[in-house]
Amino acid sequence: MAHYEIPNSGLKRDDEGKKMGMWLFLFTEVLLFGGLFLVYAMYRFQYFDEFKIVAEHMDITLGAINTVILIASSLTVAMSITAMKKGLDNVAVLLIIITIFLALSFMVNKYFEWSNHIHHGLFPGFEAFNNLEKGEGMFLFLYYFMTGLHGLHVVVGAVLLAIVIKRIMLGRITSENIVFQENAGLYWHLVDLIWIYLFPLFYLLH
Amino acid sequence: MTDTNTTAMEQSFWNEKKGIFSWIFTLDHKRIALLYLYAITAFFLVGMTLGFLMRLELIAPGQTIMEATTYNKVFTFHGVIMIFLVIIPSIPAVFGNFMLPIMLGTDDVALPRLNLFSWWLYIIGASMALLTLVYGPGSADTGWTFYAPYSVNTDTNVTLLLFAAFVLGFSSILTGLNFIVTIHRLRAPKMTWFKMPLFAWSLYATAWIQLLATPIVGITLLMVIAERTFGIGLFDPALGGDPVLYQHLFWIYSHPVVYVMILPAMGIISEILPTAAQRTIFGYKAIAISSMAIAFLGYFVWGHHMFTSGMSGEARVVFSFVTYLVAIPTAIKVFNWVATLYKGSIHMTPNLLWSTSFIFNFMIGGLTGLILGALSVDVHVHDTAYVVAHFHYTMFGGTIFVFFGAMHYWFPKIFGRMYNKRLSYISLTLTFIGFNVTYMAMLIVGGQGMPRRYYDYLPEFTTLNQISTVGSWVLVIGILMMIYNLVRSAKKGEIATANPWNGVTLEWQIPSPPPLHNFVKAPILSDKGPYDFSILDQVNRENLEN
Repeated sequence: MAHYEIPNSGLKRDDEGKKMGMWLFLFTEVLLFGGLFLVYAMYRFQYFDEFKIVAEHMDITLGAINTVILIASSLTVAMSITAMKKGLDNVAVLLIIITIFLALSFMVNKYFEWSNHIHHGLFPGFEAFNNLEKGEGMFLFLYYFMTGLHGLHVVVGAVLLAIVIKRIMLGRITSENIVFQENAGLYWHLVDLIWIYLFPLFYLLH
Repeated sequence: MTDTNTTAMEQSFWNEKKGIFSWIFTLDHKRIALLYLYAITAFFLVGMTLGFLMRLELIAPGQTIMEATTYNKVFTFHGVIMIFLVIIPSIPAVFGNFMLPIMLGTDDVALPRLNLFSWWLYIIGASMALLTLVYGPGSADTGWTFYAPYSVNTDTNVTLLLFAAFVLGFSSILTGLNFIVTIHRLRAPKMTWFKMPLFAWSLYATAWIQLLATPIVGITLLMVIAERTFGIGLFDPALGGDPVLYQHLFWIYSHPVVYVMILPAMGIISEILPTAAQRTIFGYKAIAISSMAIAFLGYFVWGHHMFTSGMSGEARVVFSFVTYLVAIPTAIKVFNWVATLYKGSIHMTPNLLWSTSFIFNFMIGGLTGLILGALSVDVHVHDTAYVVAHFHYTMFGGTIFVFFGAMHYWFPKIFGRMYNKRLSYISLTLTFIGFNVTYMAMLIVGGQGMPRRYYDYLPEFTTLNQISTVGSWVLVIGILMMIYNLVRSAKKGEIATANPWNGVTLEWQIPSPPPLHNFVKAPILSDKGPYDFSILDQVNRENLEN
């Protein structure tokens, strides 16, 4: 009797399924930040004036540079996927290296921004922070919490992209089998997208 | 090769590989399901012991066996274990993992490695939760709801427990994600959406709730951790935060999650009843769509946990109204189940009796839910033992009863052996009587005004509390007897046939226990849907040939 082969086997490669899984996971990420956006909206309403005062002291230039960096990195990651599909492995690797470099410069910028705040004592536990009005401290804490969580996602995204490079080198990602790279790219776009919302909320809304 | 058998018969998944690593790093959905089963059973016994001790404390007014602070810790841990470690993963992670791929006619979930990862997250989260008992400044005493500002201010080990709940939440999300992809991608050829078994439908609805509600509580718990670590008043009113906001964020998840707990149970009832009555389910589409309707409506009712917390009158009326709407799809299911049994050729089996016990318990649980959903009444019974009895009628009398029922339904399929039916009837009777005595007494004493979460009470509540405590003894004896029966039969029971209950869904078309890849030949799918008993003869003939 011939061995029965299951036509709808879960052990077969299924790129559509993997991509669907990634999209569903991105929904959960959006909701994770959604909870924070809700809290932000609520306290912005409650402490309107205090939020305005602190927001005016945020460094728009640094924030804007970081926005440009992330949008550019989304472009390079998308280009790397197209390059990979065309079989241009080296171009794809180069573009991902540029993306990771942009991710690092984003984090360096963030480091300078945070250390500048902390230098002025604007971090929980310091005297200057404790002397702030309740709403002002709330704004700063939400700023640390939301950009910190976003920064964590930047790091995770960069690690994913580094794994993509390794897999391209090992020949495990090819123009025929590109789903891992596409999923890493999707994740990177989400990281970018969340920043697109964080930037106006903390820097532009006065 | 030791296997000299030259037929197409594969070995069962139990014997395919040996050793502990072939289990804890397995990608086989059946083994992962059993890993969950063993862990959940262990945690259930711990949670049950804590509940038993709480009832013992309440046998007389005043302090009897534990201090008030200990009592607080015990009810917190009872809640955390039973909610996060037992009920939420119970049916989806055990029977969903085991049966969903088989019912869809495939050999695994869509993302097997993610499935194993979910189990590891579950074990890591569970270990962290248990660690809070022995490590740090004492186990949490906040109740499983972690209400701010107390959860922010208490010096017990809340932080680690919150992080454990966060990790467990991600385990639950990834399981749900896996099921959605599996149902979309891996249904057998010709199995269209409305030819799926109803258990698959209920898991689909459940998975969407897990996916879309859990992240909110995840981030909320992280916020409480941050608040405790940095001393910022996100939710503490003394520091400018809003504790009611915490309650909103918490219940935005935690109300939908009660449907994560009950929907899969309803799905299993929709499997057991057609098999027991040997006829097609009454109102297939109505049951399938009502699962989705419950999942959808469940998002908009969280406010009914907060009727006395300080919300506007308009908001309370809307939440009360939407809460009533949930009763419609729920009642649709109950009526369809009863109609399925009507004029059916009913075969008396333990799993049928567990199911009908569920319907009885769940009717009490559901109707008391409507009473609680009514604004004016809720104000009086809020935070009383009435609420405790209500959700034990739905979660214990509902979900856990079905979990036990499913155990008796699929036991021969999973273990390839049959349990002692006589003993199972006795244990069911004891569990059912014990359960109803325990919680009916609690329902009444709560209606009379006994508050929940108190280790002491006024003398006039003594009689009912004693009845309830005695009921809990019967209940525990019944459950232990059932577990004894199942554990013993897994090794020593009679060998079961492939189709002991004469079912027609796909899991009854493969050997018991299933081989590693589930199907050795193409399953039989009826054009008339999953519960077409006209194919039963064909199914049983094919089973004999295997």
